[in-house]
Amino acid sequence: MNAPLIGARVLRKEDYRFLTGAGQYTDDVALPNQSYAAFVRSPHAHALLRKVNIENARKAKGVIAVYTGADLANAKVGGLPCGWLITDVKGQPMKEPPYPSLAQGKVRHVGERVAVVIAETLEQARDAAELVEVDYEALPAVVNPVKASTSKPIHDIAPNNICYVWALGDKPAVDAAFAKAAHVTKLDLINNRLVPNAIEPRSANATYSRADDAYTLYVASQNPHVERLLMTAFVLGLPESKVRVVAPDVGGGFGSKIYLYPEDVVVTWAARQLARPVKWTAERTESFLSDAHGRDHVTTAELALDKDGKFLAMRVRTTANLGAYLSTFASCIPTILYATLLAGQYTTPVIHCEVTAVFTNTAPVDAYRGAGRPEATYVVERLVETAAREMKIDPVEIRRRNFIRSFPYQTPVALCYDTGNYEATLDAVMKMADVSGFASRKQQSLKNGKLRGLGYACYIEACGIAPSNVAGSLGARAGLYEAGEVRVHPTGTVTVFTGSHSHGQGHETSFAQVVADRLGLAMEQVEIVHGDTSKVLFGMGTYGSRSIAVGGTAIVKALDKIVAKGRKIAAHLLEAAESDIEYDRGTFKVAGTDRKKTFGEVACAAYVPHNYPLDKLEPGLNENAFYDPANFTFPAGSYVCEVEIDRDTGTTQVVAFTAVDDFGKIINPMIVEGQVHGGLAQGIGQSLTEGCRYDETGQLVTGSFMDYSIPRAGDVPMFKLDTRETPCTHNPLGVKGCGEAGAIGAPAAVMNAITDALGVKDVPMPATAQTVWKYLRQEKSDARV
Amino acid sequence: MLSLFFPEEERMTVKVSMKVNGKPVSAEVEARTLLVTFIRENLRLTGTHVGCDTAQCGACTVHMNGRAIKSCSIVAMQAESADILTIEGVAKPDGTLHPMQAAFKEHHGLQCGFCTPGIVMNALDFARSHPAPSEHEVRESLEGNLCRCTGYHNIVKSIMAGARAMGGKP
Amino acid sequence: MHAFEYHRPASTQDALSLASKKSEGRYLAGGQSLVQAMKLRLSSPTDLIDLGSLKELSGIKVSAAAVEIGAMTRHAEVAGSTEVKKAIPALAALVGMIGDRQVRHMGTLGGSLANNDPAADYPAAVLGLGATVTTNKRKIEADKYFKGLYETALEPGELITSVSFPVPKRAAYMKFRNPASRFALVGVFVADFGDKARVGVTGAGPSVFRQAEMEKALSAKFSPEAVANIKVKPDGLNNDLHASPEYRAHLITVMARRAVEAAIK
Repeated sequence: MNAPLIGARVLRKEDYRFLTGAGQYTDDVALPNQSYAAFVRSPHAHALLRKVNIENARKAKGVIAVYTGADLANAKVGGLPCGWLITDVKGQPMKEPPYPSLAQGKVRHVGERVAVVIAETLEQARDAAELVEVDYEALPAVVNPVKASTSKPIHDIAPNNICYVWALGDKPAVDAAFAKAAHVTKLDLINNRLVPNAIEPRSANATYSRADDAYTLYVASQNPHVERLLMTAFVLGLPESKVRVVAPDVGGGFGSKIYLYPEDVVVTWAARQLARPVKWTAERTESFLSDAHGRDHVTTAELALDKDGKFLAMRVRTTANLGAYLSTFASCIPTILYATLLAGQYTTPVIHCEVTAVFTNTAPVDAYRGAGRPEATYVVERLVETAAREMKIDPVEIRRRNFIRSFPYQTPVALCYDTGNYEATLDAVMKMADVSGFASRKQQSLKNGKLRGLGYACYIEACGIAPSNVAGSLGARAGLYEAGEVRVHPTGTVTVFTGSHSHGQGHETSFAQVVADRLGLAMEQVEIVHGDTSKVLFGMGTYGSRSIAVGGTAIVKALDKIVAKGRKIAAHLLEAAESDIEYDRGTFKVAGTDRKKTFGEVACAAYVPHNYPLDKLEPGLNENAFYDPANFTFPAGSYVCEVEIDRDTGTTQVVAFTAVDDFGKIINPMIVEGQVHGGLAQGIGQSLTEGCRYDETGQLVTGSFMDYSIPRAGDVPMFKLDTRETPCTHNPLGVKGCGEAGAIGAPAAVMNAITDALGVKDVPMPATAQTVWKYLRQEKSDARV
Repeated sequence: MLSLFFPEEERMTVKVSMKVNGKPVSAEVEARTLLVTFIRENLRLTGTHVGCDTAQCGACTVHMNGRAIKSCSIVAMQAESADILTIEGVAKPDGTLHPMQAAFKEHHGLQCGFCTPGIVMNALDFARSHPAPSEHEVRESLEGNLCRCTGYHNIVKSIMAGARAMGGKP
Repeated sequence: MHAFEYHRPASTQDALSLASKKSEGRYLAGGQSLVQAMKLRLSSPTDLIDLGSLKELSGIKVSAAAVEIGAMTRHAEVAGSTEVKKAIPALAALVGMIGDRQVRHMGTLGGSLANNDPAADYPAAVLGLGATVTTNKRKIEADKYFKGLYETALEPGELITSVSFPVPKRAAYMKFRNPASRFALVGVFVADFGDKARVGVTGAGPSVFRQAEMEKALSAKFSPEAVANIKVKPDGLNNDLHASPEYRAHLITVMARRAVEAAIK
């Protein structure tokens, strides 16, 4: 009855409410008798808390309550848990210091919460927060991750500030390969610290009902079930059945809203103490201070090659800054999601990576769009491009000489790629970017006083961390499946409940396309529900580009059960054998006949079971499924970036960016393009403008949009995109995931272009105008180019 | 320690009146109430958003007397007697999208939707004086709006198409 | 934001008399800087005296010799004024670069000058053109108006009413933006008055300043080559995350050269 919906550019169902101001974000939720929270935050990076005097604050106008760390300790509110246990090179567990929701005796980063003031109005809470007197004894701050291990300890449990030293790969084999190498390329790279900056600030609004002794928390979260699990099981000691977590419309996440945050715990706990709803919404300054940041690696990377440019081995040593506390998934980002990606698209036979993860007096660092994989891609693709230049081999040619061509491919860093075609995306991107015309464009730029450069990046990504048992053996403390439920209503319309969460990705549309396509229904007959633990059976949420591959597959499995049961019902109605019933686009048919029942008729029969095999089959048509993937999915792609650099000022403009991605099967190309655009912009932001900076005392220098620069419309070009398709081999949709690709591939492409334009080996990110100008000045004094 | 100044109750509140989306509204508010707070909290029109505290993100953009302004950057009293238009007042009363809103949907000019109302409000004002804007003009017009999802690509396309559809009319 | 008392005087006279009684009060012009500072609790006046309804403080008058702009004239009005564009196109262009569209719909000349943000654009034009700031009390020459970081010659309660910009033979403003705030990291306004040239530099120092060496060179010959090789000393220039004094010094020369190129086009 309908044209195929999978693969169609279906306009988004969710747009109407967003375009008319009817979206409901957490801060839009106003509850009866609402109260407001303001947090007192540490101005020190590292200090002992001598005394917290709340008397004046408590007496201030409109104040309902003031709580400190002592109140939470007395109430036995636990610290925030970390969801991944890393075991170090000596077989010891990582150091897991307590992460209290309100500081206990010590503060460890600027912006750490010391007290909370709850008042009748927000401004009253903020007024009174200024009246909380805190007596700090300042301690020296540990800011530079490389110096952390020789600095005084931040946590007693980690005397040298090291959380773990972890390694992957065959070190003796790598060392042996380096000893024989014809050429070694070495780079010292810093993957700059970023602040995610979803435009909706974090927000939490909790309420407690005495009537049923139950809590409801509205929170800007990417995974409400995980939030609930962590908070109930590890922090508040509540039964999950008494806590409902709702993540309504969420204004972007990019990783920063995966985690359980102290503010969420505090408002939930306080709501019960006060028997009133308590709302907190971050000011942007608070977001900068207390959202989990991303990246922050210091790396030395080496690539060994033979005389023909064939990769022999890779050696990587990274110091990863985890910040002051272990955020929810902090520990697995620079390890499991980083070192495992160092093979990239290449047949490098041996790789060794050692990661030293350290605590510093800075905000916690965790997953930010890409999470480990951009860092890995940056290492691999900067090394490859640099090696090509050093060995005077064309950078495209050196990649071709080393591409993986047969699948499945077992890398030396644990992953097994199921499928891919790296030549295809590279060939396509070169044509689309008109690489052959670059030389003449470069000449034209020179005439205008601009340097022009071209850079490549061929990235690989691993999406949908899986399977759970393997992840568990690597330290995961949670499952990595997804849940879905398909509820067919008596009229034949369908509500689908998914444990994935949409905060911009458009699940309400793309998931509905999958359902409508597979059942042969119209889009209007399918409703997607997500983001509410009281509606959705369970969920692991949205991160790591897992939604369609894992969440979508869970729905497909539930759909298969619906169709299977429908066939039984139809067989009964049509008085045929079940094995003769075929399902085709909304109709159950007896094979080889014109006898049929529509999906709606079967649904009706299931709920009005007058003519129904009640002796063999339950009434109703409602199925759920959990899907635990057999493997990661492996999206990959090839990017070409062209930059122009103003020789006078050092300003770099990305003048062209071409991306050809392989995401396997695509459900909605319009949505996929949008995801790539956004990822590319964030990758370009990391390369050119974004750099979170703390000074040597641990003060956050880039604490607002006045100093931290996320890309504006004028900073990015129109992107040229295309896709190639090698379907994933181990999920029924053949999908791989597309949410992070742009942010993973772009930084290396941009920096390869900048170093090409400048004719230098390396330029640190972000390549701000000032930074590039310094290289231009050297260029003049060296009389190069 | 900051010494706090708490004026007497009667000095703290003021009466503010204006027209919002064509309807006269008024309320007793604290003088320090921002226009955006008045719109969101007093009127419960929550389509106007707050994304920053330094006037960069533009999520709070509304029209005051026909011009796009940042409602986080003025106190409500500065809008006394003014005509305010928020995102809730843009579509037709029957719910039909304005051509600019329709263009955003058609060109996938939004993802999470949080910055969207501010961007649409700014675009509406911009398009009245730019019926056929170039890509460059559109990008310049977005100087005061931040989006973290779209990379601006489809926002630019949406505004170019929306402006053409509007043909210089409101 | 801390609490304050709000006033909406009906006349300039009322505004002045209110200000004389409220020693910790502030005039509120467009609010684009003041309200921001108050939101962050960096500024906490006891009283705000809103000048928004004082029509007499707003407007543009253009003569052959000067462009006079009322203190409460919004940036958008100046940037879009065909008369200003004709008389001093560089001034209209500069104002069109302040903040963003939304900010320009509220922000005012008087507010910008009273605040004297070291990275604001307007001061570069005021100093670069040698404008005269008129207050309720007196006329202040640009050279005597800007006193330092957020400091001006204004006395407590003194109110800017208008600014008169002399019409130059030609002029231009070049702005190198702070990538985050979009304020001027360095902005250079050059003006050629035939017999002499003036150069106003904003963003680079604690307050807007004139660049004497460039003025001398441009007064002798108003050409890009005249300034292209002037090495500005970095001493005393601002140092922050975005630009070192050396980089700012370098940018002053580049922006000055480009401004002259634009002016003679």
